Amino acid sequence: MSERFLITGATLASGERADILLDGGVIAGVGSIADASGATVVDADGLIALPGLVDLHTHLREPGYEQSETVLTGTQAAAAGGFTAVFAMANTFPVADTAGVVEQEASLGRAAGYATVQPIGAVTVGLKGEQLAELGAMARSRANVRVFSDDGFCVSDPLLMRRALEYVKAFDGVIAQHAQEPRLTEGAQMNEGALSGELGLTGWPAVAEESIIARDVLLAEHVGSRLHVCHVSTAGSVEVIRWAKARGIDVTAEVTPHHLLLTEDLIAGYDPRFKVNPPLRRAEDVEALRAALADGTIDIVATDHAPHPVEAKESEWQAAANGMVGLESALAVVHAAVVETGLMNWADVARVMSSTPARIGRLHGHGEAIEVGAAPELTLYDPAAASEFDLDRLAGRSTNSPYLGRRLPGRVVATFHGGYPTFLDGAVRPRDEVARNATSAQGVVHG
Amino acid sequence: MRHLLSTRELSREQAVELLDIAEDMAAVQEREVKKLPTLRGKTVVNLFFEDSTRTRISFEAAAKRLSADVINFSAKGSSVSKGESLKDTAQTLQAMGADGVVIRHHASGAPYTLATSGWIDAGVVNAGDGTHEHPTQALLDAFTMRRRLHGAASRGRALDGVHVVIVGDVLHSRVARSNVWLLATLGAEVELVAPPTLVPVDTSSWPARVGYDLDAALAGTPDVVMMLRIQAERMHAAFFPNSREYARTWGLDDARFDALPPSTMVMHPGPMNRGLEIAARAADSQQSTVREQVANGVSVRMAALYLLMSGDRGDA
Repeated sequence: MSERFLITGATLASGERADILLDGGVIAGVGSIADASGATVVDADGLIALPGLVDLHTHLREPGYEQSETVLTGTQAAAAGGFTAVFAMANTFPVADTAGVVEQEASLGRAAGYATVQPIGAVTVGLKGEQLAELGAMARSRANVRVFSDDGFCVSDPLLMRRALEYVKAFDGVIAQHAQEPRLTEGAQMNEGALSGELGLTGWPAVAEESIIARDVLLAEHVGSRLHVCHVSTAGSVEVIRWAKARGIDVTAEVTPHHLLLTEDLIAGYDPRFKVNPPLRRAEDVEALRAALADGTIDIVATDHAPHPVEAKESEWQAAANGMVGLESALAVVHAAVVETGLMNWADVARVMSSTPARIGRLHGHGEAIEVGAAPELTLYDPAAASEFDLDRLAGRSTNSPYLGRRLPGRVVATFHGGYPTFLDGAVRPRDEVARNATSAQGVVHG
Repeated sequence: MRHLLSTRELSREQAVELLDIAEDMAAVQEREVKKLPTLRGKTVVNLFFEDSTRTRISFEAAAKRLSADVINFSAKGSSVSKGESLKDTAQTLQAMGADGVVIRHHASGAPYTLATSGWIDAGVVNAGDGTHEHPTQALLDAFTMRRRLHGAASRGRALDGVHVVIVGDVLHSRVARSNVWLLATLGAEVELVAPPTLVPVDTSSWPARVGYDLDAALAGTPDVVMMLRIQAERMHAAFFPNSREYARTWGLDDARFDALPPSTMVMHPGPMNRGLEIAARAADSQQSTVREQVANGVSVRMAALYLLMSGDRGDA
């Protein structure tokens, strides 16, 4: 029999105070619960209880780049960040472009037990942008893939993009586009503007993102398909998406935590921790992205968690890898960017970081409101634990966080996945305990 | 001065002091014995990740005339071409006891990374980084202008009111960037002329005017016209149609040169593409400072090494 947990005195996203009972793979009670004998009590006084967070954009690096991250370490990072499900991007080695690779990733995730690992399939074979990958086989596989992306590369060929958008309609899939016109960004190192000119770094112009989004929303409209736009980074992109939504085009969009908080000014010291693709933009862009998330033009926050080994960032700017780890810091960064600034409340956060990403990715058993009968996926967050973000907060294999040394307003205290804790009292639960709990929880569901 | 990474960080006082020390160094060059004992026992490493024989030998001459030991480290055929990182190279130099590192690198900001990473204690001189800066080139250009304008009375002076037109590939030019900041700091009036494709998209924060019409700029009878080297590969990346059109529109050809007042200096950081950005008549004229620039380069680099490596280096 699995362990029962009574979470006492938590503040729900609605602002209501409640006890929450997790029992037998389900949320068994929400409210004032006196009778929970035998349950392990977790004191959540002053903590906010949110549905387990869902990240539509994670790089787990396994198979192929295990020196950066593995499914195990990446999902430990997820647990530390309050996530109970992650969508794993396809740019592994081998690329996740066949049923075999996506099934392997999903099963590694189930065995580790820290979070649901939902693989994303590549749109094109080897991410090369030349021919469609076996989208149908991945959709029908045990990994049940619904999101397809060549992330890291743009599906820049307009005909191939059209075909991909059309093809995945057969199984309610969605193409998640990394919007970057490749010719306009050859050798690009940072946002193109006044600062890139001063620093002598090749510019990544906003139009390279905006023009692809404009093309893709029109293609999606023409063929009546669903489009998702990855890591929107510019004010102009927001305008294009707003226009598309007003026209009724079926487009959703994500923004990363770092694009909601950090600006290109940080690059003036050539510190490669701030090198990311798409690049950090201007303060005006950050403002527009925050407003767009608040008004629903941008649907969700997704981390683009991109682990890299130390040597990939200890170098001159141009030689450094693009990317930042983001799972562990995401909720606190969103808190700083849109909650502290009064643009959004915790119910909005639950929507953009849990229910909507689960819906876009057609992932069941996640993103459900904390109610009796819902899946036992939740996270407890302390919104008053402002502190400097340090290495102790990173739980994955890589440490390329842009927030080290920066004060963030709160921290994740506990994460429950499948009814058992993956992160408790600020520490990742031991690997064998979590694996054991996962096996028994999966038995409840499937047995 | 701790490092010399860009001209942007130089104050007017620092810049004038460096130019004045360069005057002292130039005076030494006129003696029979050209060598000073100032940096005896110190080691300067010329760390060149990009080929540049001219700049390297200029720094080498400067260091040797200050009695420093010089080690030349070129990326080609070295551990760097075998994949060694900048960090490992820097730590190797640190272990060898380098007191000063002169770095030329194809990546913008590499000297900054070297100086601020903690990998190395040595003073760092930027000898050209990517498309960012080339501070000693701008200092030698300013030195050359000051000498032509004021001769023996140069010491202590800046370049107030001097009208400088810089022509060519501003977008990719570290020489242009370093000159813009330094000349403006010294009080000069800077005007940039280039095809619109070869200017950064936003120069609103630069202390310089930007125009596309060379004839209009030259009609303003500038004190200095500085022609930048245009690289052939820019043509292939569609920055301009072909070399003939470039030379016709933005080259200092005979007609444009002849129309200039005889007092206008013609500068070029070298190496020149004769017939493309500059015609032979202009390059070889009395108004051309090209050879003085080379000679002054040694004096200015001696001054920079002296400031970085002798006595108190300070924290700044």
